[in-house]
Amino acid sequence: MLQYSLKRILMMLLTLFIVITVTFFMMHSIPGDPLANMAKKLPEATLKNYYAKYGLDKPVPEQYKIFMKNLIVEGDLGESIAYPGRSISRTISETAPVSAQWGFVSLIIGLVIGIALGMIAALNRNSWPDYLVSFIAMLGVCLPVFTLAALLQLVFTLKLGWLPSSGWGTPAHFALPVMASALGTVATYARYTRSNVLEVLNQDYILTAEAKGVSRGGILTKHVMRNAMLPLVTMLGPRIAAIFTGSFLLEKMFSIPGLGFYFYNSVTSRDYTMIIGTTVFYAALFMVANLVVDLLYGLIDPRIRVGKRGL
Amino acid sequence: MAEKVASMQNAAPVSPEKFARIPQEDKSADFMARPKITYWSDAWRRFKQNKLALVSMAILLVIVLMVIIVPIVSPHDFSKGNFRNKHAAASAEHWFGTDQLGRDIFTRIFVGGRVSIAIGLVGALISAVVGTIYGAISAFAGGRVDNLMMRIIEILGSIPYLLLVILIQVYFQERSLGTMILALTITGWLGSARMVRGQLLSLKNQDFVLAARTLGVSSWKTITRHLIPNTLNIIIIQITFDIPGYIFSEAFLSYLGIGIESPMTSWGAMASAAQQKFLFYPMELFYPSLMIALTMLTFVLMGDGLRDALDPRLRE
Repeated sequence: MLQYSLKRILMMLLTLFIVITVTFFMMHSIPGDPLANMAKKLPEATLKNYYAKYGLDKPVPEQYKIFMKNLIVEGDLGESIAYPGRSISRTISETAPVSAQWGFVSLIIGLVIGIALGMIAALNRNSWPDYLVSFIAMLGVCLPVFTLAALLQLVFTLKLGWLPSSGWGTPAHFALPVMASALGTVATYARYTRSNVLEVLNQDYILTAEAKGVSRGGILTKHVMRNAMLPLVTMLGPRIAAIFTGSFLLEKMFSIPGLGFYFYNSVTSRDYTMIIGTTVFYAALFMVANLVVDLLYGLIDPRIRVGKRGL
Repeated sequence: MAEKVASMQNAAPVSPEKFARIPQEDKSADFMARPKITYWSDAWRRFKQNKLALVSMAILLVIVLMVIIVPIVSPHDFSKGNFRNKHAAASAEHWFGTDQLGRDIFTRIFVGGRVSIAIGLVGALISAVVGTIYGAISAFAGGRVDNLMMRIIEILGSIPYLLLVILIQVYFQERSLGTMILALTITGWLGSARMVRGQLLSLKNQDFVLAARTLGVSSWKTITRHLIPNTLNIIIIQITFDIPGYIFSEAFLSYLGIGIESPMTSWGAMASAAQQKFLFYPMELFYPSLMIALTMLTFVLMGDGLRDALDPRLRE
């Protein structure tokens, strides 16, 4: 187990290194000058200082060496080009928690409701609760998230006046973005939970438990829940990573100062250093989350012995 | 030992008379009275039983036909507006009203539908082909090559796709149908590749493939007779679920303002434009959203039906 974990971590670091390198050279192979916007406004001497500051006066391999050295030695991702003076590491550490806050609330609410609905649907198969859950799940799958968000704003802000339409700061600001993003989670997890529970109910060990006289509640919590939840754990990895980077669409629509909002801004304003920085952060999170989920999976499900299976 | 050989040589030679033909047994009971049912006709029979999937397919056909025909026969030009007739309500002349530039929304919906559906179809097809080839090579090569190819997928998967979309747009200096499809498929095939690889790996170890090998079936014939038919069904299912996925992604990008370029339009772009004055003219957001939702719904329901028809083991 320990050997397997170490091997996976080493592999992950190698992959991360490749992702950073690929992103770096991709961004630097884009035609055009990242400081072109400034070049119009600033005098030659000041501009020269800026080029020197970002290392843009040096050849690309040289820039790469400096970037990697700063990243590995100090964990420093450099400075934003569009907003001089704004440290990228600090921007990420300030905005990622904002995304994580509403993202976690939304994920937990979505998970609990989704799994509960999926269980209800499976246990009442082919009767009205099942059809109702199917309908909700279909709605969540088919309704574009921007339409849902606009509808929520129309109903809760304009018609009822209960909630602020956008912004950040008070608990009331959580409500609309959380609702808008939770419906998708509810839909996905309700569908998966339903089919997993139905599959588990057909297994022989459920029959055995019934034959032994285990109560209905006991079967549900001890046998059905545990086995039906297992496949859902693997789906969580990328979701958790996505929480920290935020949904750029919802953060833009609801004016939430999260990482998604800044990433979208950096992409549209061609803020090169910021794009590389956020990509590195996202890739690292994505890989760590997947690794943790993989290792956890082995712990939760004793049938999978990760150490012996090898890579 | 020597005696034994000698006695065998002395024995009477085996002559044809010693063999008698056993009378042919009556094989009439093995005769197949019913026509042979292939896998595909069986699948079609199962699919037809699913009314929901059939209705979805019919609606989808209507949408596709409308998308082809309406822009041709419509009296209105989708890109030319009438500034004196902005944000008009639905009327006999403009069935869905007009937008912020006085353009006919009914016509624009189906022009935009061309882009949305084209991206869905072409994107899903490309990712299925690329994913299948990549996944198959990975599964058959095995070992180091397999490991390396899976790492490449992991690397591509951890680059945010918004970044790739922007990079491609900057490279080609345009936001056309072609660059949109390229941008979306560049990481879109990863899922199909993983799935095909997984399916082939599990098939390779199954008894019927082992039996075919033991009986001396050539590896080419094993691939064409056993592995491809058993993978084709999941590829088709994947395509039907990928199409709405691509339509959604396109809508999402157009909504953020980095999708298809004006004057061309798509459902996402129309929703994005309507969003700005949505509180005053909610219907303008309603129509493109309805089209996206309806297309998604029909594809998902048809995909469910196809999955049950093509892979009976998955049926509940």
